Amino acid sequence: MRGWRALGLLGGGAILLLFPLFLEQYKLYLASLTLVYLILAIGLNLTLGYAGQISLAHAGFMSFGSYAVAILGPLGVPFEGGIIVGTAIAFLWGLVLGFPALKVKHHYLAMVTLGFNIIVFLVLRNWESLTGGSFGISGIGRPHWGPLRFLSDRAYYYYILGWATLVVASAYWILHSRWGRAFRAIRENEMRAEVVGVSLRNYKLMAFAIGSAYAGIGGALFAPLLTYIDPGAFTLDRSIQFLMMVVMGGLGRFEGPFIGAVVVTLLPELLRASEGFYLIIFSLAVILMMLFMPKGLVAAWDWMVCRLTRRTVSPAHPPPPPEPAAVLEPE
Amino acid sequence: MPLLEIRQLSKHFFHLSALSHVSLSVEPGELLGLIGPNGSGKTTLFNCVTGVLRPSRGHVFYQGEDITKLTADAVYHRGISRTFQLIQLFPEMTVLENLLMAAQERTGTLFTRLLRRDETEETDRALKLVEYLGLSGVKDNLAANLSYGQQKLLDFGMALMPDPQVILLDEPMAGVNPTMIKALVTHIQDLNARGYTFVVIEHNMEVVMSLCRRIVVLSQGEKIAEGTPAEIHDNADVMDAYFGS
Amino acid sequence: MTDVLQLFVAGVSIGAIYAMAAIGFVLLWQTSNTINFAQGEFVVLPAFLMVLFWTVFRLPFAAALLATLVVSTLLLGLLVKAVLVERLLKMGVLPLVIATIGLSMLIRYSLQQFWTPLALPFPALFSRAPIRVGEVIFTREELMNVLFAALVIGALQLAIRRTKLGWAMQAVAQNRNLAAVLGINVSRLVGLTFMLNAALTAVAAILVAPVYLVKYDIGIGIGLKAFYAAIIGGFNQIRGALLGGLLVGLVETYSAAYISNQFRDAFALIMLIGVLLLKPEGLWGIKEEWM
Ligand SMILES: Nc1ncnc2c1ncn2[C@@H]1O[C@H](COP(=O)(O)OP(=O)(O)O)[C@@H](O)[C@H]1O
Ligand SMILES: [Mg+2]
Repeated sequence: MRGWRALGLLGGGAILLLFPLFLEQYKLYLASLTLVYLILAIGLNLTLGYAGQISLAHAGFMSFGSYAVAILGPLGVPFEGGIIVGTAIAFLWGLVLGFPALKVKHHYLAMVTLGFNIIVFLVLRNWESLTGGSFGISGIGRPHWGPLRFLSDRAYYYYILGWATLVVASAYWILHSRWGRAFRAIRENEMRAEVVGVSLRNYKLMAFAIGSAYAGIGGALFAPLLTYIDPGAFTLDRSIQFLMMVVMGGLGRFEGPFIGAVVVTLLPELLRASEGFYLIIFSLAVILMMLFMPKGLVAAWDWMVCRLTRRTVSPAHPPPPPEPAAVLEPE
Repeated sequence: MPLLEIRQLSKHFFHLSALSHVSLSVEPGELLGLIGPNGSGKTTLFNCVTGVLRPSRGHVFYQGEDITKLTADAVYHRGISRTFQLIQLFPEMTVLENLLMAAQERTGTLFTRLLRRDETEETDRALKLVEYLGLSGVKDNLAANLSYGQQKLLDFGMALMPDPQVILLDEPMAGVNPTMIKALVTHIQDLNARGYTFVVIEHNMEVVMSLCRRIVVLSQGEKIAEGTPAEIHDNADVMDAYFGS
Repeated sequence: MTDVLQLFVAGVSIGAIYAMAAIGFVLLWQTSNTINFAQGEFVVLPAFLMVLFWTVFRLPFAAALLATLVVSTLLLGLLVKAVLVERLLKMGVLPLVIATIGLSMLIRYSLQQFWTPLALPFPALFSRAPIRVGEVIFTREELMNVLFAALVIGALQLAIRRTKLGWAMQAVAQNRNLAAVLGINVSRLVGLTFMLNAALTAVAAILVAPVYLVKYDIGIGIGLKAFYAAIIGGFNQIRGALLGGLLVGLVETYSAAYISNQFRDAFALIMLIGVLLLKPEGLWGIKEEWM
């Protein structure tokens, strides 16, 4: 198993490094966009998939990153400075928004976050002196380290890839710590988690804030990719798009966001011929998927991996082993 | 000073009064029985003590500290743990993970829990417990895939895992086969002898009478009797509560 | 002062429509734990149907109304329940949330693609000629909206208080398992609630259409207001949804008039967040206990 995983990592890494060399501009853009979405989906998967808190404000948090680099860049702040500021703002607002999240059950949380996204959108549109209002901000610069400039689309792809690697690694690291276990405990049985000492307040705030911070990073990388942003890029619709991404990928599974980001970015391209029908097909797909594959596409992925590694698919619920009654004599 | 003291505790659900003015105290090292017909408020009492429910009136003191308003996690950190009548586990975690989960919050701070990776000590303890409870064979199975009896034992193990001072057991023997009941009784006595304090809700009179030296009886949310097994056995009110007059 | 009163009538008139959508929303939540993210589209679709029957097929008003009611209760009530809810109900809240988001997109974009991306005019049902009472001026339309909404909501309240169906609904809302044990056919009741909701949103549609015009995407706004209303008033009580609807209508009207039209959506939201922080069970709801 370990061997397979290492092989997969190496192979995946090699592909991600090499294939952009052969892509033309638009495909390169799509590849970069997929990586940005991956970062955002990992964040939402942490909040929703692992800690069970629905967030419909992900696009709002994303906008903090985008506007931070767009506004700070012209003031001479290095790009990474912008990322840090945007991420910090997203993190702090995540904490703030996490507070009502503690008091309310998740149908309310959906509402609060949804409302937050609308407020962010309204503020972006109306605070013209800072955000340029509905015209947005154009000519957003790309990062450079001294003589090393990430100006070309290809170079910027590698820059994003670097950040994506960092995000994936850090998420892996968090989720395999005691925090990750606590998040899962909260999702699986909130009351029980509290009774074994899990501070719902601390962990929920952290899950929410870290998920939002990842959105901030994704947003910061998103702005220079297009070199232009306006409030329309951060609407509720986009938040819902991220939600669909993690749900389609598979909630609470590490592989989920990878699958979700690829599918949601590439599906519109594949369905390009269908023009406006894309959204109809997409919404139908969402409904069908909830009905027939509620665990997400990762379920299909599991099946494939099992076939490839020639292991038998273990049934979801193997019959319980016999009662160890006889074993249970006192020591 | 009693270890755990409940003073005039009341809990209302809308108009239903599930507990009214219940007072009782638990001495350190005691093995107290809590009995009463179904719906008499026993589970509600546990819920109010452990912070799962907020009492409507009254107070809970633990080692002299008023813990009435604490949340469940804060109560846990004081050293009180419990099991559940309706078993509550983390179904998608393995037996071992369930046990580790039950202890991980006991030590360190939020941030050391992120940074400190080493878990050998806790794993050792969990493995010992698994063996003690006879769950070694299933330690890597998901909790959801255990049999009812095994789940009951795991729930019990999770209560022991953080090395608490007081353990509240809510009908630990219900639905468990006789061999396992015997084993559980021995476990409880054994642990009690090592200094753990227990409060046990149990319907099996035989078990309660043999296990506990003191018994409290609830009926319709009120405490109607308290005393040694013999006293309870001869108490007319208790018979009334159980069988009607 | 007359401004204040005039705006009050306008606010109540739009609030009454929100209240109807909110009440349906609350009923769905109570009987089936469905958070219907497509509630807005449940208002839009009947509006389109009404346009179809009335101005395209040129049916007489009453026949068009009846056809709209029947088709929407069948489509949005029975069909949605049978296909989506039946299967997803057992799986908890989130799958239904996602599925109804999918459904809202499906309805919205289908209307846009297959019908029109433009706004359709909708004939006014009642005269907009001003009526004067002293200094205060309002329209017959506003008055009739309030009247109709009051009638429908009153009838619904009465039905829930007095009929066996209403009793069963309350029982399911309080404890689904217990209700099943008591011999209530929960699945059928959920179906009935979905049909009732569809009828409510259809009535709301017909009242709101002349005000907003009929466009594929107006559901987003209406759905949101219904949500706000339900949460502000209280998610577990019909009276809460009623109060919430009126409040949202009023806040929206007053803030647009006196503070800023650009942020008119924001004020209802701020009220929402305030309520969530201070009284999460809603202004007129009941605290829920768990376990
Ligand atoms: N969350 C709750 N909401 C409403 N009533 C409850 C709740 N929990 C318990 N009750 C009621 O309180 C009473 C006491 O219940 P419980 O404490 O579970 O009794 P016991 O454990 O002694 O059988 C019962 O009548 C029960 O129906
Ligand atoms: Mg009980």
